[in-house]
Amino acid sequence: MENRPKDKAEASPPSGRDVVLSVQSLHKKIGRKPIIRDVTFDVRAGEIFGFLGPNGSGKTTTIRMLTGLIRPTAGRVLVCGEDVKRRPERALRHIGCIVENPEMYPFLTGWENLEHFARMQEGITRERIAEVVAIVRMDKRIHDKVKTYSLGMRQRLGIAQALLGSPELLILDEPTNGLDPKGIKELRAFIRELADEGLSLLISSHLLSEIQLMCDRVAIIAAGRVIAVGEVNELVRQAGAYTIWQFDRPDAGRSLLAQGADVALVGDGKHRIDEALLASMPGAVITRMQDDAVPRWVETFVREGIAVRAVHKAAPSLEELFLKLTEGESVG
Amino acid sequence: MANLLALIHNETIKVWKKKRFAVIVLVLLVLIPVFVYAQMKVAQNNAAKFKDWRAEVQQRITDNTNALSSDRIPEEWKKWRRALVQQLQYYLDHDVNPDTPNAVTFTTSFLENAVTLFIPLMVLAVGSDLVSSERTAGTIKMLLTRPVRRWRILFSKTATLTLYVSLIVVTATAMCYAISGIAFGYEGWGVPVFVGFSLKGADMNTANVHAISQGVFLLMEMGLVWFSALVVAYIALMVSVLVRSTAASLTTMMAAVISGMILSNMASSWHSAKYLFNVNLDLTVYLQGTPPPIEGMTLGFSLAVLVAWGASALAVAFAVFTKQDMIQ
Repeated sequence: MENRPKDKAEASPPSGRDVVLSVQSLHKKIGRKPIIRDVTFDVRAGEIFGFLGPNGSGKTTTIRMLTGLIRPTAGRVLVCGEDVKRRPERALRHIGCIVENPEMYPFLTGWENLEHFARMQEGITRERIAEVVAIVRMDKRIHDKVKTYSLGMRQRLGIAQALLGSPELLILDEPTNGLDPKGIKELRAFIRELADEGLSLLISSHLLSEIQLMCDRVAIIAAGRVIAVGEVNELVRQAGAYTIWQFDRPDAGRSLLAQGADVALVGDGKHRIDEALLASMPGAVITRMQDDAVPRWVETFVREGIAVRAVHKAAPSLEELFLKLTEGESVG
Repeated sequence: MANLLALIHNETIKVWKKKRFAVIVLVLLVLIPVFVYAQMKVAQNNAAKFKDWRAEVQQRITDNTNALSSDRIPEEWKKWRRALVQQLQYYLDHDVNPDTPNAVTFTTSFLENAVTLFIPLMVLAVGSDLVSSERTAGTIKMLLTRPVRRWRILFSKTATLTLYVSLIVVTATAMCYAISGIAFGYEGWGVPVFVGFSLKGADMNTANVHAISQGVFLLMEMGLVWFSALVVAYIALMVSVLVRSTAASLTTMMAAVISGMILSNMASSWHSAKYLFNVNLDLTVYLQGTPPPIEGMTLGFSLAVLVAWGASALAVAFAVFTKQDMIQ
């Protein structure tokens, strides 16, 4: 496996863009138990790559292997062509990361923390520290002790630390965990900004909606295995979205829809749409249909004198996506 | 690649900002005056009992000189007596009451008593959580995902620990001298002390006995205390690598140090106990010629045992730390 640089060129996707991170058939056993079984994907330059999986699926273990915290049992991780296991001091130079929570030294100030990590890598000047502080908009509180920071501020300080060495790839593990809605929104905008400047990002999450909002491509992992890699919207489309109808006379609407050949009604226990979402739509009729069928159906309802109050699109849940992707294959 | 000095700089700052050293200084500031006061009470008692110390010292000189001229006393014993007379004469000449403590005698006896427990505990305050605290706090994930090889990180921690151990020994000695001097006066550097006693079987071998000044004696003691403190520190570093929680790491080390004290008091029928590091910590006994806790122990033996323990602890710490998976 080792020392075959040509291998990489063959393995890279045909897109022609540079591969920043190449994860090649990674395995990890702890004791005798396989935790990670064959994880392979590439992150290309300038893209936001999602790493999606339910809790306990091996996301964090994989990320720990990418960042050199855990040694893989087999397989390898290349960052800008450098092997993380064999040359960590070179490979990790291209990575900035926050693994799980952004833990910094609470007894130091934000600035002292950044100085600490700046000393661990050559060529990071005071100016660079000031620059990353400005990027994450921490100027006002940077000289306060970290123990006085809110989670959102710690998150930003963590990102500042990750950006210090001007990395090619930023790895964020569940970055929205514990943030309030406003913080999450700010973080998303911030991540977009970074990507626009040419940085590649790997973002893990257990929420499909979050990955949909932020990422270009995604690898989906379940039980230590990558079960799909591709464009986020393409995967979601494959899994099939729901079209939810609300009428002034739900029963009349439902019976009309039931006669349509291009419509599938979805019964009550058969879907996995968020209960909270449905609660706000009394009498909703849940269907699956092609997008271009919707206008024709609206016309039909108008003709029949049934008032359409609202039509919604609802994305499938992560579980459904998994079911769809693993259909016909046993998940062990 | 970041240079080692920068990494040591980082580690030193972290220990300092955690206020570990400040706590140690504070403990010393509280405890030393307590000891000084106790010692002062003892001295006052003695002074009340023996009014004329010059006459008493003179008497002892006369007794010993008489014994020297006797034929029935073997030659080695005479050597020792001659040394003693020399010492007593010095007291008279310099007008020093041998029963009155001065800052230097107080400091030497403080170090002798502190070497088995007090100094090790202070060292543990720094050493026990050097690695485990990074794991407990999760900062290890930031530390080890930077482009620095792991052995360099641990090396910088080891170097920092060595620095702080040295600082603790020097600070404790200096503070002890400074505080006790207020009560006892700052003289006493030149007073002769006799070293070179050794035990051969049941007999005291006095062949190598000679006088050195108390200042030199204090320096020798500091060296020995520093050495045994360093070994405790390296073992604590290893435990800190092996055990994830700081509390567990500190408890393990404290148990080890304290059990060493208990073992050396129980003394002696269990001979192989002399290969444990914790009964070998009290290196200062060899300077004064008091019998070691277990028969057959000498300064050279104890140093060798401690070197072996310290070196293996570092070897284990580096071997584990550089390979370890940082799960959780």
